[in-house]
Amino acid sequence: MSVAATAHSPRRPSLRWRPSTRLAWASLLGAALVATPLLALAVTAASRQAAEIWPHLAASVIPQALGDTLLLLLGVGGLSALAGVATAWLVTQYEFPGRRAFEWLLVLPLAIPTYIVAYIYVEFLGFQGPFQAGLRALTGWRSLRDYWFPDPRNLSGAICIMAAVLYPYVYLSVRALFGLQSATIVEAARTLGASRRRLFWRIGLPMARPALAAGLTLVLLETLNDIGATEYLGVRSLTLSIYTTWVNRGSLPGAAQIACVMLALVLFLIVAERRLRGQRRFALPVRQPRHVGRIRLRGRAALTASLACALPVLAGAALPIGFLVVEVLSRDLLAGVDTALLQSLANALLLAGLASALAIALGLAIAIAARLGREPWLNLASRAASLGYAVPGTVLALGLLVPLAAIDNMIADAAKAWLGRNPGLLLIGSGAALVIAYVVRFLSIAISGSESGFSRISPRIDDAARLLGAGAPELVGRLHWPLIRPAIAAAALLVFVDCLKELPATLLLRPLNVDTLATIVYGHASRGSFEDGALAGLLIVLAGLYPAIMLARAGGKAN
Amino acid sequence: MIGKIHLHALALSSCLLAAPAMAQSVNLYTTREPNLLNPVLEAFTKDTGIKVNAIFLKDGLQERIRTEGANSPADVMLLVDVGEINAALDAGITQPVKSAAIDKIVPAQLRGPDDNWITLTKRARIVIVSKDRVKQDAITYEDLADPKWKGKFCIRAGQHPYNNAFFAAYLAHHGAEKTEAYLKALKANTARKPGGGDRDVARDILSGQCDIALINTYYIGLMSQAKNEQKSWYDAIKPLKTSFADGGTHVNVSAAAIARNAPNRENAVKLIEYMLTPKAQELYGDGNFEFPVNAEVKDSAAVKLLGNVTPDKTPLSDIARNRKAAADLVDKAGFDN
Repeated sequence: MSVAATAHSPRRPSLRWRPSTRLAWASLLGAALVATPLLALAVTAASRQAAEIWPHLAASVIPQALGDTLLLLLGVGGLSALAGVATAWLVTQYEFPGRRAFEWLLVLPLAIPTYIVAYIYVEFLGFQGPFQAGLRALTGWRSLRDYWFPDPRNLSGAICIMAAVLYPYVYLSVRALFGLQSATIVEAARTLGASRRRLFWRIGLPMARPALAAGLTLVLLETLNDIGATEYLGVRSLTLSIYTTWVNRGSLPGAAQIACVMLALVLFLIVAERRLRGQRRFALPVRQPRHVGRIRLRGRAALTASLACALPVLAGAALPIGFLVVEVLSRDLLAGVDTALLQSLANALLLAGLASALAIALGLAIAIAARLGREPWLNLASRAASLGYAVPGTVLALGLLVPLAAIDNMIADAAKAWLGRNPGLLLIGSGAALVIAYVVRFLSIAISGSESGFSRISPRIDDAARLLGAGAPELVGRLHWPLIRPAIAAAALLVFVDCLKELPATLLLRPLNVDTLATIVYGHASRGSFEDGALAGLLIVLAGLYPAIMLARAGGKAN
Repeated sequence: MIGKIHLHALALSSCLLAAPAMAQSVNLYTTREPNLLNPVLEAFTKDTGIKVNAIFLKDGLQERIRTEGANSPADVMLLVDVGEINAALDAGITQPVKSAAIDKIVPAQLRGPDDNWITLTKRARIVIVSKDRVKQDAITYEDLADPKWKGKFCIRAGQHPYNNAFFAAYLAHHGAEKTEAYLKALKANTARKPGGGDRDVARDILSGQCDIALINTYYIGLMSQAKNEQKSWYDAIKPLKTSFADGGTHVNVSAAAIARNAPNRENAVKLIEYMLTPKAQELYGDGNFEFPVNAEVKDSAAVKLLGNVTPDKTPLSDIARNRKAAADLVDKAGFDN
């Protein structure tokens, strides 16, 4: 293994710099930003009112919700891993009709929010959807009393529907690694008579394990966080229980307690991911590896490969987008394009753009500090700063509301005292609060993106540069930056798309008179007329498609 | 480079997102969907010259206003469901409305304590059945538990606020033990897992998945007017005269309240008074097929469609108080599992 990819233990002693104080501050800032709402959560969970509700939650709510959540995670995780790894292996190792297109088509489902795709599938597979209508037209059946048809509104439906749009997280990260496997090692294996299957199980998959774990963690956290799709599909997940406890019992403390149970689950996931990554890290050798040629498939094998790649694209992108387009056209929604809708598009793009720029800047600083710094707390800070992704958006937004409003009121009171006029709530009123919420929520993606960029650079490069007398700024600016740029770009796009799709924090923290596409879709959906929001839904998807395609391209180039 | 983009975007954002400051304005925090409100709000601005700045929030409205505190821009809250209204009251984010004009229109039992909230419209939760397969015109809520509906009953999640308030009313009528038995019997009758929305039950009746379901009245009205497939859902159902065995129909309300630290209190009162005028009641009530609270509006769209509804006598405050207990019972009965 040391021939192709150098394996390093993470604690390998190497020459390190003391990071500049500014970088260390950035780390602290990131960790503090994320820790604030979590602390607010913990304080709420520990209140006296909470002690009263806990016995009921522990007896009647949590066991069932935990069970459903674990099954959901298992199902979505398993299915996403299967789809993501299989398609990534196919497009990197083989040549078959459509491969070049599939390479980027497979990323597209990323643009579609789970809450939208859930609505679409319930409509599409529903009684009046084209599927059943066609079936009835063919057979002469009239109602569900004449035939049985699977209802997507249950746990298994939720698993399939969510996996259909979440698998690209696995695909993207695993494909990048499969693509990096250098020729020498694969050719050596082939020369030694390894079959394709053996090559996959003994070399491809083990080497991709860290990437699989990283992608899978994103899938699982997204699943855990979801509320729109799970509620609509009737799955009683932990997140949904948090929500109903808060709303129906008026018990924020009770909700906070369930959130803490969930956070424990998340910590377990993150530890498991670290374990899965194991002690291994695969950095690129100092010299660029030669890539293996793809094996050309023919006949039935080629057809199977094409179909295997077409299926997830169809389920996760083509069908939902097609459905939205048909809705928009058939309901003549284009006639309803007004300035309000365009304004909400502009708002969404602006907020997402700002938030991704900030998240990347902060994430990069944290990753640099962790790489160059010697102090263990820097690593800890980077872990803490990653936790925001693990908290459901509603809980995070509620947790952020308290400190942000406190700051706003302090500013307003000070202005009233000194300037004699009330500027109103600055952070919440300007949308800055929302940008902060996005950054807190998605900082994890920026950090892990930066880290994965760095992890491909052998520490030996750092050592060599150090020996040649390079300082930290030179090292990062001239050596690291060009090498990590693709990974950073990918992370930025991912954050951008996630911000576009984000709903709960957007709903709670946006200023007066400001809507985004997601809140418009939600407004229609909460009246039970989702179809009227189809145009806004389509705009979210379209706005996300471009970054998704860029993402696929960025990954492709890295190969 | 990032820094540069960031600066540009920041400059842009301050233009785009800054809330317009107008001399005459009122700030509205609403859990009612904006599309429902726009006609009334536009009419209000046209008639009074007062601009309405609105934000549609869902469940965090109360937390948001509370944490925004003394400097909150919130003037008026529009809320649905007695639970939500009571939560706002309990959170101490409201203040007495105090308007003689309003007191004349809205009877005391439809106003909160000290006029802390004012009912704007009413909606009932009733039973619908398949027009073809069920031959009866009236039913009691208690009858839904009859085993003859086994495998034929559809309902959205038991923890949804609409059902929560209904079960809380049931609890007020029958006590905890009987309500738990009722929930278990209802659950045993379900044709599918409780979930989806209120309109979905009508669709499921059309598809033959169920014969009988619970729904809020305004959905029936909206479906009757739909220009898409929802019209066929409406055509498949029949609303039944529904009541408690010893009472009337379960009715919930939508209401308005003035925020405790409202910076534009006068305009806030004006807006609420406006929303109670016959003109606004028609715009607002008929737009969503709700029963107007202003008795002057005789033939509202909702009444034309469903006839007059006799509201159950259970006080709204009792329903609000029972909500937690009802939510516990729903969990205990495993209603949503």
